[in-house]
Amino acid sequence: MTRKVLLDVKGLETTFFTDDGAVQAVDNIHFDVHEGEILGIVGESGCGKSVTSLSIMGLVPSPPGKITNGEILLEGKDLTKLTDKQMRAVRGKDVAMIFQEPMTSLNPLFTIGNQLVEAIRIHNKSWSKKQAIARAIEIMKLVGLPRSEELINEYPHQLSGGMRQRVMIAMALVCDPKVLIADEPTTALDVTIQAQILKLMKDLNERLNTAILLITHDLGVVAETCERVVVMYAGQVVEEAPVKEIFKNPQHPYTQGLIQSVPDMRYKKDSLFSIPGNVPKPGSIKTGCRFAARCQYVTERCTAETPALFELSSTHKSRCFLVEEGIKQ
Amino acid sequence: MSKVLLKVNNLKKYFPIRTGMFARVTGHVKAVDDVSFEVYEGETLGIVGESGCGKSTTGRTIMRLTEPTEGKIEFDGTDLTDLSNEDMRKIRREIQMVFQDPYASLNPRHTIEKILEEPLIVHGMGDGAERKKKVMEYLKIVGLSEYHAKRYPHQFSGGQRQRVGIARALMTNPKLIIADEPVSALDVSIQAQVLNLMKQLQEDLKLTYIFIAHDLGVVRHISDRVGVMYLGRMVELATSESLYDKPLHPYTQALLSAVPIPDPEFQGDQMLLTGDIPSPSNPPSGCTFHTRCPFATEECKQKAPNLREIKPGHSVACHLYNDQ
Ligand SMILES: Nc1ncnc2c1ncn2[C@@H]1O[C@H](COP(=O)(O)OP(=O)(O)OP(=O)(O)O)[C@@H](O)[C@H]1O
Ligand SMILES: Nc1ncnc2c1ncn2[C@@H]1O[C@H](COP(=O)(O)OP(=O)(O)OP(=O)(O)O)[C@@H](O)[C@H]1O
Ligand code: SF4
Ligand code: SF4
Ligand SMILES: [Mg+2]
Ligand SMILES: [Mg+2]
Repeated sequence: MTRKVLLDVKGLETTFFTDDGAVQAVDNIHFDVHEGEILGIVGESGCGKSVTSLSIMGLVPSPPGKITNGEILLEGKDLTKLTDKQMRAVRGKDVAMIFQEPMTSLNPLFTIGNQLVEAIRIHNKSWSKKQAIARAIEIMKLVGLPRSEELINEYPHQLSGGMRQRVMIAMALVCDPKVLIADEPTTALDVTIQAQILKLMKDLNERLNTAILLITHDLGVVAETCERVVVMYAGQVVEEAPVKEIFKNPQHPYTQGLIQSVPDMRYKKDSLFSIPGNVPKPGSIKTGCRFAARCQYVTERCTAETPALFELSSTHKSRCFLVEEGIKQ
Repeated sequence: MSKVLLKVNNLKKYFPIRTGMFARVTGHVKAVDDVSFEVYEGETLGIVGESGCGKSTTGRTIMRLTEPTEGKIEFDGTDLTDLSNEDMRKIRREIQMVFQDPYASLNPRHTIEKILEEPLIVHGMGDGAERKKKVMEYLKIVGLSEYHAKRYPHQFSGGQRQRVGIARALMTNPKLIIADEPVSALDVSIQAQVLNLMKQLQEDLKLTYIFIAHDLGVVRHISDRVGVMYLGRMVELATSESLYDKPLHPYTQALLSAVPIPDPEFQGDQMLLTGDIPSPSNPPSGCTFHTRCPFATEECKQKAPNLREIKPGHSVACHLYNDQ
């Protein structure tokens, strides 16, 4: 099934200008989000997942950060070209974001109700307070917050972690965004609460047809929620495929290693596969494959030339010479 | 069956809650509430459960880093609860801890060599030359190199720092290692390296582990037996096989079914719990899980179930199994 492309990230490069020089935290990345889908971005700490989502939202801290190349097209409109004011109108209305730690994005001094009403009225200036409150209650019910009429008068610290994340999702949904970016939305939560939040996100995706860009380091979460997956390593996209394909037929040695390193609760293995070495420091590798130092299939070519993102099929891509050579054979 | 190395009996740790101007004690957080279990020599006992259920407090009270409120802890035949501070200090040579955040537990101003040598000095083990030799030996045992000895903690990656944390715990030749979330802060590819290392060390050095974690996949992978905690209580205790393949307690069933499986083809029945974990300062009456349990009856609200062995090697605290 081909669906309309909503968000198209093309050759995005975001650079941090630090005392140690310019560091490309994300480097020429490409992916798109289709209408109504859940796309996962997975990768280990520091690979550039959050910088990617902040770039889309126009929230990269500047200085030291800046989008230095590429386009972010939302229904054809390039977000990187917008002024701050235009971008503020897009945020919340067209794209909204939820973060790992809801407490950092909720104001501890205002009631839940105040914050929701505020968010609603930013984008619906003509609404009366009463209308906005009614909408706030409606949306709280939608995200499964109990006793919404009372809760509206409570403060963030009075809520549990799971409830706060529901409030964040409610805030993100007030204006029916086309794309919801969720950056590690369940990482800080317990697993039984995580299960509730993931179910909520899947339900909302189905009922409201909101496209979701789900960022996570947890392959279990990816397998359970996403339709397609983008794997990132050291600031680059190294593989992209539908979720079943990624798990059954991973093509990039890093993706293969990552999948094999996860201890699956269903079985006990004598020894886990582990990828040797560590993730390279951002910006430390200029030419060659960034995974070369840890790759069991490395050849001379891998350090001399930089692999491109090769297309195995219209839906499966991998940044590895093995794949390119496989295609040529 | 091998010998019992550690025996914990009716362990309780209540933290006082103080409020008001005179800091009057107005209640207690029942962090650990009547927990009993044994650890056999050479095995790994995993302890799992959600945030705040009392896993770390259990570990810390065993070492008496936190004084237990009640209960008995017997290590290798010695009752730890009776020991003087001096005798307790000596016994800590045999019981060591590894923590979640190796960065916070390593002195940033000391070199790795100094960090690793310190426990030997504290316990008066070896002379200067012997200590240096042992530091180099253990650096290699945990997969680091001699040149790392002169470096400082901030010069290491998370995985390497955890190797240092493990080496430090091993310096005094302990029998028991209590590892509190040792791989939780690490990326999966690095986590696998550290888990494999811990397994290897256990075999080579005949170590016994208490492995505390919230990741149920990790725990299955490393543990021989697993205990599940909820609100300060041990609700189920069984061999890893038996617990994961046939969990008996409704909480364990829900917990296991909530874990996302890294396989998109997997079709499991999810038992979605409603509501949040109640506060340990005001736990529900009877079975503390009754507020979230789909099988709760009137009896569950009134009477707390005891942990009972209902088939060999498998204990559960739940009224559903009263007749067995
Ligand atoms: N404010 C900043 N200043 C300098 N460098 C930064 C800044 N924010 C991010 N970076 C760099 O960008 C890289 C990518 O960071 P990012 O936060 O996107 O990683 P991530 O994939 O989200 O990791 P995690 O899983 O830990 O959240 C980091 O390695 C870091 O070096
Ligand atoms: N020093 C203390 N004073 C007061 N309360 C404490 C103290 N230490 C722990 N607690 C409380 O005891 C309970 C158990 O805490 P503990 O740290 O043992 O949980 P845990 O299972 O290790 O959780 P986590 O998975 O988050 O590490 C919690 O409610 C906690 O708030
Ligand atoms: S390009 Fe070479 S080093 Fe990189 S992943 Fe492929 S085989 Fe390994
Ligand atoms: S004792 Fe009752 S409430 Fe508790 S777990 Fe068993 S059935 Fe549920
Ligand atoms: Mg991040
Ligand atoms: Mg803990």
